[in-house]
Amino acid sequence: MKFIYQTWWKVLTVLVILYTLFAGLLLGVPRLPIMHETIRNVYFHVPMWMAMFTVFTISVVYSIKYLISGKPEHDLVAVECANTGVFFFVVGLVTGMMWAKYTWGEYWSNDPKQNSAAIAFLLYCAYLVLRNSIDEEQKRAKISAVYNIFAFPVMVVLIMILPRMTDSLHPGNGGNPAFGKLDLDNRMRVVLYPAFIAWCFMGVWIASIRYRISLIEYKKNAID
Amino acid sequence: MQVLSQTKHLLKKEILLEWRSKYAFNGVLLYIVSTVFVCYIAFNLSAGFTHSQGYPVVWNVLFWIIMLFAAVNAMSKSFLQESKSRLLYYYSIASPQAIILSKIIYNILLMSLLSVLALLVYMLFFTNTLGDPFYYFLVVLLGSISFATVFTMISAIAAKAGNGGTLMAILSFPVIIPVILLLIRTSKVAMDGLERGSTYGNIGILCAINVIVVGASLILFPYLWQD
Repeated sequence: MKFIYQTWWKVLTVLVILYTLFAGLLLGVPRLPIMHETIRNVYFHVPMWMAMFTVFTISVVYSIKYLISGKPEHDLVAVECANTGVFFFVVGLVTGMMWAKYTWGEYWSNDPKQNSAAIAFLLYCAYLVLRNSIDEEQKRAKISAVYNIFAFPVMVVLIMILPRMTDSLHPGNGGNPAFGKLDLDNRMRVVLYPAFIAWCFMGVWIASIRYRISLIEYKKNAID
Repeated sequence: MQVLSQTKHLLKKEILLEWRSKYAFNGVLLYIVSTVFVCYIAFNLSAGFTHSQGYPVVWNVLFWIIMLFAAVNAMSKSFLQESKSRLLYYYSIASPQAIILSKIIYNILLMSLLSVLALLVYMLFFTNTLGDPFYYFLVVLLGSISFATVFTMISAIAAKAGNGGTLMAILSFPVIIPVILLLIRTSKVAMDGLERGSTYGNIGILCAINVIVVGASLILFPYLWQD
């Protein structure tokens, strides 16, 4: 937990993200049919999902930890990570929809990847609604931890496995080439990989700030 | 082995209680029959529906949607029906694994019976266009087992949270959608009488989902029931 409170990686994260913002828009990219300049979206769309997966994984780990230890702090980490993940989920969906408008022709074109992402979004909304429906703190923490552990594998199946088995237009699914295999040249790698790592840490940073705020609130409300 | 004998006794008790009142069974059966009848009347308002091109697609999808809502109604009773003091009594005499396992097995039995009857009633009203009836029947059985395993755990969560009906639907639909998509795709192949081999992958995934859900329920339920 020491790591969370240190400054150096936060500075590094901001610097790398600034670098990917500028380099992503300025550096050269391969010219592909249909894609053209929209391939730059891969720098901004894919890292959102990476960040989402990171915080959701942390969330489920802390839900398991909560069930074992029963410490309220662990529940706070789990819920704040889930909140942050939902935020990245929305940003990832919106950036994907903007890209889809220019390459597939519609913001929402009934693609399996889009549909299952929407279902997974409902899943985490249900988690947040479930939390709101219970007043008693310990009961809420326990039940929502159980649902979170239940929901995470379903989310992975929905986003990672199901679209791959059907005819999705999304790169990497349904027999379409992913960017990594055919089209990605070294000019893109120097931007893409730092963007992945930096946005993951950005997600962790946002979640840790939210956690610290809710921890202060929790301590303020506690009866000594 | 104590868990198994406890499960056996609890299962016997569930069936006995259901046999005495026949409330869940008759209630859901009536629900299914009236839904099918409403659909039958509503769809036949437009003349020539049964001979239209989209009929087989509607036949398949409509059946699964009716099954989905029937399953939500049938399964939500499994924990909501129990009074608080009776649950407390179970917990003092049996292990949590035995409780959830007996509920899952009971729900599987109930759902299988209901879905077979539902299929019969449905085929009575809507002209049968099945190409491979036996395989379709197998998919329906597998579907009812999947509904039972998923909804049992969700209904335990919803019952613990206090306000049953709404929460049950909100929590279960995102979880059940991948299952129902696989089921619709597989049963469509059975319906068109295409080659079975192309759908064995889907069947495998459904079985894997069932195993994972039952495993997760066995691990997670002990944390859920203690207050």
